[in-house]
Amino acid sequence: MSSADILKGFRDPEHAAALVTAIAEAATEPQTFMEVCGTHTMAIAKNGLRGVMPENIKLLSGPGCPVCVTGNADIDMAIELARQPHVILTTFGDMMKVPGSYSSLSREKADGHDVRVVYSPLDSLTLAEGNPEKHVIFLGVGFETTAPTVALTIREAARRGLTNWSALSLHKTVPEALRALTNDPDVKITGFILPGHVSTIIGSEPYRFLAEEYGVAGVITGFEPVDVLQGIWMLAKQRAEGRAEIEIAYTRAVMPEGNEIAVRAIEEVFEPSDAEWRGLGVIPGTGLAIRPEFSQYDALVRVPVTPPEPRAIKGCQCGDVLRGAVLPFDCKLFGRGCTPEHPIGPCMVSSEGSCAAYYRYTDYGRA
Amino acid sequence: MCLGIPAKIVEEPNDNGMAEVEILGVRRHVSTHMVPDAKVGDFVLVHAGFALEIISEQFAAETLELFRQMEMPGTENLEPLELPELERPAHLS
Ligand code: SF4
Repeated sequence: MSSADILKGFRDPEHAAALVTAIAEAATEPQTFMEVCGTHTMAIAKNGLRGVMPENIKLLSGPGCPVCVTGNADIDMAIELARQPHVILTTFGDMMKVPGSYSSLSREKADGHDVRVVYSPLDSLTLAEGNPEKHVIFLGVGFETTAPTVALTIREAARRGLTNWSALSLHKTVPEALRALTNDPDVKITGFILPGHVSTIIGSEPYRFLAEEYGVAGVITGFEPVDVLQGIWMLAKQRAEGRAEIEIAYTRAVMPEGNEIAVRAIEEVFEPSDAEWRGLGVIPGTGLAIRPEFSQYDALVRVPVTPPEPRAIKGCQCGDVLRGAVLPFDCKLFGRGCTPEHPIGPCMVSSEGSCAAYYRYTDYGRA
Repeated sequence: MCLGIPAKIVEEPNDNGMAEVEILGVRRHVSTHMVPDAKVGDFVLVHAGFALEIISEQFAAETLELFRQMEMPGTENLEPLELPELERPAHLS
C-alpha cells in the first residue's frame, strides 16, 4: 500500500497528509522515536504509520504494556497465591492468560483454584465482604493510571474495616524506566512518544529529566492516528530546531500538574521499591510497594508464599521486543508457533502487546 | 490497559463519592474520589471503576469513536458517531 492509500483511511486525510509532509521536512537527520504506551503501539500498527514515515524516522515500540513487562517471578508469585486453599485471587482480565514460568492464572482456574476476573478493585472488596471465611487478594498490575485506583481501594478497605482482603502490588512507574531505556547502548532513542492516560495522572513534570539530563525530546500525545502523527511531528521539529523539551499535544486530557489527588493517593499508600521489568531487568525505584502503615492490606505480609525458582520462556524474545532491541518479526517464533490463538510469550498474549499488535495489523510484512 | 473510557455522570455522587455513570450504554457505579468537582451531566474518563479526569463532551465522543475503530471490547455495538470536523492547527492550514 502506498502512503497516499494509507492516509485515505484517516478521518481527516488532508490533515494527516499535511502532518506527514511536515514530518518529512523536519526530519533532516536520522531519528529514533519510541512509543511507550500499548494503545499507541496499536494505533501505529493498525494505521500503518510506520509505512508513511520518511526514511530518517525510525519508530520503535517500547515497554508500554503493563501485562507484558511483568516479570515471570512476579507472575509466579500471583499463581502461588491463587493456589492457597483459603484464597480467592481477583484480577483484571488481561492477566489471566499471561504465562509465568510454569503456569498461568487461567490454567490454575481450570485446575479448580479460585481465580476471578473483576472490573474494578472495588469489586474485590465486595467479594471479601461476602466471603468472610476466605482471604480475597487483588492482583494490582498497571502503571500510574491504575496505581491510584488500587491506592484508593486500600484506603476504602481500611474505612470498611475489612480484615480478609489484601493486594499484591506489582505496579510500576514509567519515568525511571525511560531513563533505563535512554541509557541502553543498543537502542539510541532521540525522542519519546509519551503515554496519554499515565500522564493524565502524573502530568509532564516527571519526564523533565529526559530533556534536561539526556537531551531527549518528549511529547505526550493522544490516541487518534492524527494525534500520534502530530506527536511525531512535534518531536521531529524539536530535533530539527535543536531543542529538547517535554511538550503536551494531548491537552484535552492532560494538564502539566497531572491529577494531584491521584498522585497524593499513590504517595500515601505506596513507597518506591525496586521492580523487575521483563527485558529491562531490575530498575530501582520503579515499583510501588505498600507502605508499612498499610501492611495489613499487603498480600506479601498476609499470605507469605515461596514460588518456585523462575525460568525464562524458551525461544521468546519478548524482553528484547519490549526494550526496542528487536522487532516482533525478528523473533523466530513470531507467526510460527506463536500466534494470538496460541501465544507463547506475554507480548503475544496481551491484545496491546507489540507482537499481538504487529501480528494483527501488519500481515507479517515489515512495516 | 492504561485507558480511560468516557462515561457520563447520571446521578449525584453519594457521601462516599460513588456516582452512577453511563459507560458504553451500561450503568455502573464509579468512584469520583479523584474528581471531587464532577457533577451530573459531566463526562469523565473512567479506568478500573474510578473517574480519572473530567473531559469535554466533544472529546468523549471522539474517544469513543476511536475505541470503536480499534475494536476495543465492549464497543462492538456502538453506532458510528457523527463527529464535527477536527480543528486544524493554524500552522498546517
Ligand atoms: S512472537 Fe511470541 S515468542 Fe516471539 S517474542 Fe513475541 S511473544 Fe515471545
